[in-house]
Amino acid sequence: MSSLDAHVVVRRPGHTLDVQLQAEPGDVVAVIGPNGAGKTTVLRALAGIVPLDEGAVRWQDEVWERAGRVRVPTQERRVGAVFQDMLLFPHLSALANAAFGPRSRGIRRAEASRTAQEWLDRLGVGDLAQRRPGALSGGQQQRVAIARALAAEPRLLLLDEPLSALDVGVAMALRVELAGHLAAFDGISVLVTHDALDAMTIANRVLVLDEGRVVQDGTPVEVARRPHTEHVARLVGLNVLRGTSSGTDVRMRDGTTLVSTTPARGDVNACFPPAAVTLTVTEPTGSARNRWPGTVTSLAPHGSAVRVHLDVASGLIADVTPASAAQLGLAPGRTVWATVKATEIRVYNRS
Amino acid sequence: MSRSAALGRVPVRLIAPAALAVAFLLLPLVSLLVHTPWTRLVSELGTGAVRDALLLSLETSALAMVVAAVLGTPLAWLLARVSFPGHSLLRLLVTVPLVLPPVVAGVALLTALGRQGLLGQPLFNGFGITVGFTTVAVVIAHAFVALPFYVISVEGALRAADPEYDVVAATLGADRWTVFHRVTLPLALPGVFAGLVLGWARSLGEFGATITFAGNFRGTTQTLPLLVYQRLQADQDAAIAVSVILLATSLLVLALLRERWFTTAVQQ
Repeated sequence: MSSLDAHVVVRRPGHTLDVQLQAEPGDVVAVIGPNGAGKTTVLRALAGIVPLDEGAVRWQDEVWERAGRVRVPTQERRVGAVFQDMLLFPHLSALANAAFGPRSRGIRRAEASRTAQEWLDRLGVGDLAQRRPGALSGGQQQRVAIARALAAEPRLLLLDEPLSALDVGVAMALRVELAGHLAAFDGISVLVTHDALDAMTIANRVLVLDEGRVVQDGTPVEVARRPHTEHVARLVGLNVLRGTSSGTDVRMRDGTTLVSTTPARGDVNACFPPAAVTLTVTEPTGSARNRWPGTVTSLAPHGSAVRVHLDVASGLIADVTPASAAQLGLAPGRTVWATVKATEIRVYNRS
Repeated sequence: MSRSAALGRVPVRLIAPAALAVAFLLLPLVSLLVHTPWTRLVSELGTGAVRDALLLSLETSALAMVVAAVLGTPLAWLLARVSFPGHSLLRLLVTVPLVLPPVVAGVALLTALGRQGLLGQPLFNGFGITVGFTTVAVVIAHAFVALPFYVISVEGALRAADPEYDVVAATLGADRWTVFHRVTLPLALPGVFAGLVLGWARSLGEFGATITFAGNFRGTTQTLPLLVYQRLQADQDAAIAVSVILLATSLLVLALLRERWFTTAVQQ
């Protein structure tokens, strides 16, 4: 039996969330999926804020919740929470915010303040202890919020999009530190994010939700290499085409055939990086077997390359150099040919 | 200014009634000051009856606010944060005294706490306690009419305070009482002060319920408004003088509070 053993079923008009989650101390589980997949609801159910309609949440030999029968209130679960909009108590100093957890558990003021100061120091905001949240920047506030959650010594740490309200640069710096803090944390962390980078750099496990269900559960590397859903493929920056495979040929839904070098059978995803896509103005005549005509829908800078979106299949992305983008005269509405070599395509069965 | 200028001239059909409203509100106040026998004012302030009434008014309205804060804050919290059957009915009942004519409130209080009253009779028969026509009755009458103002104001402030803060506090291990007094209440504090000011102003001017339920006895139940009423029957100049004293008292207290709290409460 796992330390955390949760079967979360929450019904809402029109959709149902049904998620199994087991984890061990030290695990950092990233929950990703499109908006409305139920990511935040999973967190709130684990915290006891949203009641279960079915299922149960167990922590070691304690039953935190059994739908309709047992429900341990949030304050007795020892879960820490970090929210996107920080939610620091605006009337309390950073120190009093961080000391709130220990104080609520009955620890004396002096000791609680000492613990709080330690955590603020660890998060690099120790010198701001006396400031109110209103006098802190977004990044500083989120550091205080993380310190506040960890100072309460939670067994389960829930983080709901902790970096998404921050500026890109600030988020980048905090992401690295957060990864360190979560790796050092001896409880279980569950991180809801819409950012593939968070999932790949912070988590050791990724849970992919879609329409209230777990569609993939694996290590970040597995999920990034073989995304089961188009959403995750997009998140990690891969093209995914769905089809039916017999040998190395994949028959696509639109009737065309894709050729790869990995044999497979049955329903498959064919997956390739945007950099593997070559764009030409005229129909190519080379050795590449997979080619589609399409129209450019949009283009945007992506690192040092230009990311081009095409209306091929359910949307194809290609990365080209700025030089070739200029040479090809790429602009929305331009018709081009997209080519992918068979050796660049990874084919695997959909579960 | 620049935005309203950009939208064009302010139409006369709005300016005219607005000006009329201002005139309507200011005319009685101005004429009160015009008619004030300023020399009498000082001598009135020196009389025992005025000093008694002034002190009683300040004392009873302050006590009424203590009652409102102690009883009304938990009620406001209950209405704002807990869902239970009969919630909307309870909210309706709490607001009834808002629309109740004060004299009716006084009669109602008599039927409840008078010597023949529902609760008053057992109190008198069992313990020999009489409430009606005492200073306690004044405080009760004031609290009765002011409490709804306070509760509605605080409930609004509690509703406006993001309940997610309560959730965060719970994840940090705080039970509901701790959440209430360390998070919810401090966040709603401007609304609490606004409620106290509203209730206090209502209480200071209270007349109908007080005279009905507590009577008009100098030193024990005669507050400033009751003294004004009494003086008016004999000597109009004296009534005007006491009225100005009452007006000055409430303006002074409001001005002092406004500096500290009322502005922030309104900004919320």
